[in-house]
Amino acid sequence: MSSSSAFNDEKGGSSSVGEPEYGHDPASGGIFSSDYKRHDDLKEMLDSNKDSLKLEAMKRIVAMIARGKNASDLFPAVVKNVACKNIEVKKLVYVYLVRYAEEQQDLALLSISTFQRGLKDPNQLIRASALRVLSSIRVTIIVPIMMLAIKEAASDMSPYVRKTAAHAIPKLYSLDPEQKDQLIEVIEKLLADKTTLVAGSVVMAFEEVCPERIDLIHKNYRKLCNLLIDVEEWGQVVIINMLTRYARTQFLNPNINESLLEEGGGGEKTFYGSDEDEDEDDEEKEKEKKVEAAAMAKRKPYVMDPDHRLLLRNTKPLLQSRNAAVVMAVAQLYFHLAPKAEVGVIAKALVRLLRSHSEVQYVVLQNVATMTIKRRGMFEPYLKSFYIRSTDPTQIKILKLEVLTNLANETNISTILREFQTYIKSMDKDFVAATIQAIGRCATNIGEVRDTCLNGLVQLLSNRDELVVAESVVVIKKLLQMQPEKHSDIIKHMAKLTDNIQVPMARASILWLIGEYCEHVPKIAPDVLRKMAKSFTNEEDIVKLQILNLAAKLYLTNSKQTKLLTQYVLNLAKYDQNYDIRDRARFIRQLIVPTEKSGALSKYAKKLFLALKPAPVLESPFKDRDHFQLGSLSHLLNAKAGGYQELPDWPETAPDPSVRNVEVPEWTKCSSREKRKEKKVEKPFYSDSEGESGPTESADSESDSASGSESGSGSEGSGTGSESEESEEASVSEEEDEEEEKKTKKRESKKPVQESESEQSSEEEDRKRERKSKQRKSESESESDEEEDSESDSSQSESEDSESEAEIKKKKKAAESKPPSKPVKKDTKKEKKEMSLLDLDDFEPTPSPQVTPVNNLLSNSLVTDLEGLSLSDAVLSPATIAPSSALKSYELLHRITGEGLSVEYCFSRQPFSPDANMVAVQMHFTNNSTSDTKNLHMEDVKLQSGMRVKDFPEIELLPAGEKATAVMGIDFCDSTQAANFQLCTHTRKFFVSIQPPVGELMRPVFLTENEFKKEQGQLMGMNEIAEKLTLDAKCRNEHAIVQRVTTAANLSRVPCGSDKECRFAGRTVTSGSLVLVTVASREEGAAQLMVNCEKMLIGTMLVKDILLALTQ
Amino acid sequence: MIHSLFLVSNSGDIFLEKHWKSVISRSVCDYFFEAKEKAGDPENVAPVLQTPHHYLISIYRDKLFFVSVTQTEVPPLFVIEFLHRVADTFQDYFGECSESVIKDNTVTVYELLEEMLDNGFPLATESNVLKEMIRPPTILRSVVNTLTGGSNVGGTLPTGQLSNVPWRRVGVKYTNNEAYFDVIEEIDAILDKSGTTVFAEIQGVIEACVKLSGMPDLTLSFMNPRLLDDVSFHPCVRFKRWESERVLSFIPPDGNFRLLSYHVSSQNLVAIPVYVKQNISFLETGSCGRLDITIGPKQTMGKMVESLMVTIPMPKSVLNVNLIATQGTYTFDLSTKVLLWDIGKLNPQKLPNLRGSLSVQPGAPKPEENPSINIDLKIQQLAISGLKVSRLDMYGEKYKPFKGVKYVTKAGKFQVRT
Repeated sequence: MSSSSAFNDEKGGSSSVGEPEYGHDPASGGIFSSDYKRHDDLKEMLDSNKDSLKLEAMKRIVAMIARGKNASDLFPAVVKNVACKNIEVKKLVYVYLVRYAEEQQDLALLSISTFQRGLKDPNQLIRASALRVLSSIRVTIIVPIMMLAIKEAASDMSPYVRKTAAHAIPKLYSLDPEQKDQLIEVIEKLLADKTTLVAGSVVMAFEEVCPERIDLIHKNYRKLCNLLIDVEEWGQVVIINMLTRYARTQFLNPNINESLLEEGGGGEKTFYGSDEDEDEDDEEKEKEKKVEAAAMAKRKPYVMDPDHRLLLRNTKPLLQSRNAAVVMAVAQLYFHLAPKAEVGVIAKALVRLLRSHSEVQYVVLQNVATMTIKRRGMFEPYLKSFYIRSTDPTQIKILKLEVLTNLANETNISTILREFQTYIKSMDKDFVAATIQAIGRCATNIGEVRDTCLNGLVQLLSNRDELVVAESVVVIKKLLQMQPEKHSDIIKHMAKLTDNIQVPMARASILWLIGEYCEHVPKIAPDVLRKMAKSFTNEEDIVKLQILNLAAKLYLTNSKQTKLLTQYVLNLAKYDQNYDIRDRARFIRQLIVPTEKSGALSKYAKKLFLALKPAPVLESPFKDRDHFQLGSLSHLLNAKAGGYQELPDWPETAPDPSVRNVEVPEWTKCSSREKRKEKKVEKPFYSDSEGESGPTESADSESDSASGSESGSGSEGSGTGSESEESEEASVSEEEDEEEEKKTKKRESKKPVQESESEQSSEEEDRKRERKSKQRKSESESESDEEEDSESDSSQSESEDSESEAEIKKKKKAAESKPPSKPVKKDTKKEKKEMSLLDLDDFEPTPSPQVTPVNNLLSNSLVTDLEGLSLSDAVLSPATIAPSSALKSYELLHRITGEGLSVEYCFSRQPFSPDANMVAVQMHFTNNSTSDTKNLHMEDVKLQSGMRVKDFPEIELLPAGEKATAVMGIDFCDSTQAANFQLCTHTRKFFVSIQPPVGELMRPVFLTENEFKKEQGQLMGMNEIAEKLTLDAKCRNEHAIVQRVTTAANLSRVPCGSDKECRFAGRTVTSGSLVLVTVASREEGAAQLMVNCEKMLIGTMLVKDILLALTQ
Repeated sequence: MIHSLFLVSNSGDIFLEKHWKSVISRSVCDYFFEAKEKAGDPENVAPVLQTPHHYLISIYRDKLFFVSVTQTEVPPLFVIEFLHRVADTFQDYFGECSESVIKDNTVTVYELLEEMLDNGFPLATESNVLKEMIRPPTILRSVVNTLTGGSNVGGTLPTGQLSNVPWRRVGVKYTNNEAYFDVIEEIDAILDKSGTTVFAEIQGVIEACVKLSGMPDLTLSFMNPRLLDDVSFHPCVRFKRWESERVLSFIPPDGNFRLLSYHVSSQNLVAIPVYVKQNISFLETGSCGRLDITIGPKQTMGKMVESLMVTIPMPKSVLNVNLIATQGTYTFDLSTKVLLWDIGKLNPQKLPNLRGSLSVQPGAPKPEENPSINIDLKIQQLAISGLKVSRLDMYGEKYKPFKGVKYVTKAGKFQVRT
């Protein structure tokens, strides 16, 4: 305690100034005691019964945490309150727990059970918050519990809970990386989720846990693209960044033709650069290859994958987002992925961001600076937006300057230079220095203005501010190196400056200039050396080195005048403190001063020192930064940050695009096939206009169908079948654009094509033939597969222009590994049903699946009849009407609150005809008042998301003393949440709510024993809940058990060979998930209840309800 | 993503810390203080700093630093935008975002931060959702709370997060249903010495205050939507409708929000409402200078120019000023050397003038650059671009709302070089 409080004090020390509440007075010396005391009374407050005291204590504790003080010794006292009823106290306890659980692992375990309970709560928000806190507790022991909870939540019916599960995944991963494989499974499951709420969070989890598993994205790619616009803004950023990476691995470079052209003309060898160092022969071949490749690219115009286009199209509207991060994400996506012609759209949006906070400006300008190097034209129209205001912070000014410099070209340089001139007068000296450098860069890049710039800079040499002068000298030096002959007067002028300028860098630069061009200033140079020799000892190191250089160079050119001076300088340098200088002196002496054993090198001294030096290239610091993904932290820092995912290079050939296809239902397939046919008809039209380039590759799917028809193997249908409709549409709408593009490209590349056409085309044809034969093979294979699989023509059998057969097979397997579960199921069901039709004669009459509901009604009424006889505890409401008399009825509106109108409702267990997904609710209205009630209807329905209600028809008139019945339908979305609405009469409105018992959320289904066992086998593990119980004395026989279970839940009995076991089956109304119940009785009333249900929540609640029914 | 957040006052005091993952010692801020020291001016602190084990991403708002710590790659704008959203939320909750207010509401602030991020990833940033979970303090409630020991934590669970219009909660009820839209335009301009425009553009926003019951669906249309060159929307605006029909169709959030910000296309010539005749000079010898500024109306479309204010950051060597203003008052801040002339309404008959002498530090060299003049002004009932709202329609609710549109033109970054 004392140590912790001491630590606490130390920590708090830095900030104790502004804390009147808890600041201690060191003079009193009572730090420790007051500490004790304070915590004691907090503990007392926490132990009290009053919520208000607890709340006050928790508030003070949280305030301590917020200020960074240590409150860990209160852990036991706080954790006790985790189950507190008061929601406010509870929340604060959670905050505390998350903060300190890591330090007090054992005690933290005490709280776990509370959260586990919370995970089963019927309210989705409570489930979510329980999961959130549970997963935030960083205690390694509970990893398995967390894992289980996450898995469970990932299949929760509430998307909000699923979102929380996605958030929990990276937490668990950071706690225990060994869970990775299991977590990836959960991620895979959540990636398939179709709600926007989940999408962002799960992609975030994906990025943190398994960014390398790009294969998980394939199937979800199109869905993510389509959902993107509706995802919350933070999720958008994460998804866009991930999709950028994805697209780089899956699509072809849209600018490929251009880069090849560049390669041919300029010397930039990006593609084949690696083999550069080979023999000349090889180079010859290489050239050929290159020409070939270039020609090929021209012959085969690039056509954008429709999925690539989909991404670009769906992200574009997000440039209008109010969130700067989203705009930046889209901008980088376009920069990295879009064809050159389309990148321009991002400029406007980025310029808009410059109006935002200065931090945003800072980041955006950094990225703009990088972009302007590659794509200058894009920002040129916005040149003036980068003009600098005197009120901008310096860092923004410098970045704007950078952008302006990058944008400078022959046409706008005069305006830019005029701008620069005003900047030079600024009071901000760092900025002035940067401006001078910028002028230097403009001068090197644009030959026309070099002299103007140089003159301007020379004028600056007479500036009063030394920094300005120094900077100018450095820049002039660089400029002069380009054409020294013309500017000896400038060199002379600068030589004079040595007397005044003190900035070392500038002095060094001047000395270097004089030494380098000493023949242009033969008279002045020795004099400068003389002055420098005088002040040598007082100079900075870099200046000393340059003095040595100057001396050496003068010695070589003008030894008569400078021999002694040089000797003197070398002697001084010999004893200098800096070893670099001593070394240099020794080196120079050996090299230039002739001695008897002077080495072989001294002959070449002149060559060594007075070699022609290449002029320096003034480059932007942002050059080549674009190998980092724009908008990333790594790009900003120009260094790889932890966890940065490299942006991959474009693939040379596109990977199989069919991996993104998603299975679609039968009918869409047909329609897509039709469309395809239409397209085929259209095709010749296009290909005419295109010449031979048409059929090679316009969209992979098309080429496929074409080859299919040629081969005539009859596999056409199956081969082309399951392209999803979306992509279909996309490609159709894209068609026109593409045509345009193609045409223009054609025009550009017509000539070279003709030259290399003949050999190219023959090669091309060979390749095609090869590919076709492969396809044929694979297709026939796929067919045989399908034949085995009698009716599953939904299986994936694309065999597009794939790379190798093996891969096709693999993919096929992958694709098929999932589908079998469904078709096979169907299959067996069909068979079994037929069988059961025969079998079932023994058990029950005519259970055909079509008439289940009817049959079900029958059995229901049978059961209810029986119930009437044996059930003593069932409350039989007098108001209920005969047919449903045994159904439990609930009160909706009491006679008194309803001012005479009383309403009761019951679940009629009949299918609700207008909508099969709704639960039918029968309402019984009784008018107990003396006056008539008119216009009885409902209004203002308030529902949880996903729920729907079908109103009952308005009851025009309910005379006094009369009764009426109406039926409404509610889709509870498989949850037990209440449907709230207003019941209105002509005079009054009543707020009422209907909450279903879980047993009413299902409808009976008919299963045979075998089917039951099979389904049960598939719902094991998490989906199975087993509970032991002792049966009530009155219901130890089979009959009673069946009655009670069917009363509690709307299930139908499954025939069973053993009389010890009773089985029931049903499906939830909304989602149709199976609910299987087994009651196995043992000796003396002991029994086991087992519920298998995909919806775990429903399962747990059902267990509770049935238990209650069987034990009472 | 975001690991921790430290709130640091201008004087370098860490007065609040929040960790969303394991705890990071506050000593990590030392790197930040170092950078701050180096930068001098708080505005010049680099927003992104690299330390051996962490990256610090910070913003400077209302004399406070929000310093966040991350350990791995994250888009910097993501963090910066989020931090600004945090500051906006504080502003929204407490009316201002200052050290004292945050200290007074430590618990509420801490709870807000807790809800806004989960494991460093934004969870709820819509103020509408947050307000359902944590009620903003009001005077009445704070009185009640002290009496009953209640807190600001909402008793009900927020449902906004679950809906697909997360920016609006259900069951909003008002007795007076009203919707106000303020079209605010700002002129950004740089004028050179002679008064010619170097650069000028108009940026605008539409701020809305919507207090309507139920779930209204609004449509706002413009007389001349072509003026809008570049727009960015609140998430509630349906982009498709804008693309196809150039109308703003949306289900509004409850209360105040920014519906739209736009940029007026640069083809249109920007009307500059005022001109400035100025003469600032420093004598080569002797420690004094002269200043003479006159401001007159230029293109005001017949409206009155109000709240006219002139700010001049003087060179550091200026010691004091001795001026006479024909209208309004002037102040000169001795430490920051900023001359502020508050004119008020611009009277076209009698132009305001400020003239007099400047005393310069003896011996200091003559400042090379004349200071630039920054102008602030306001013109009521005028959108300088000519943008006009034509109508506002409401669907989905039966009542008749009260509607209002207001236009204001302001000077944004309006600078005159001298």
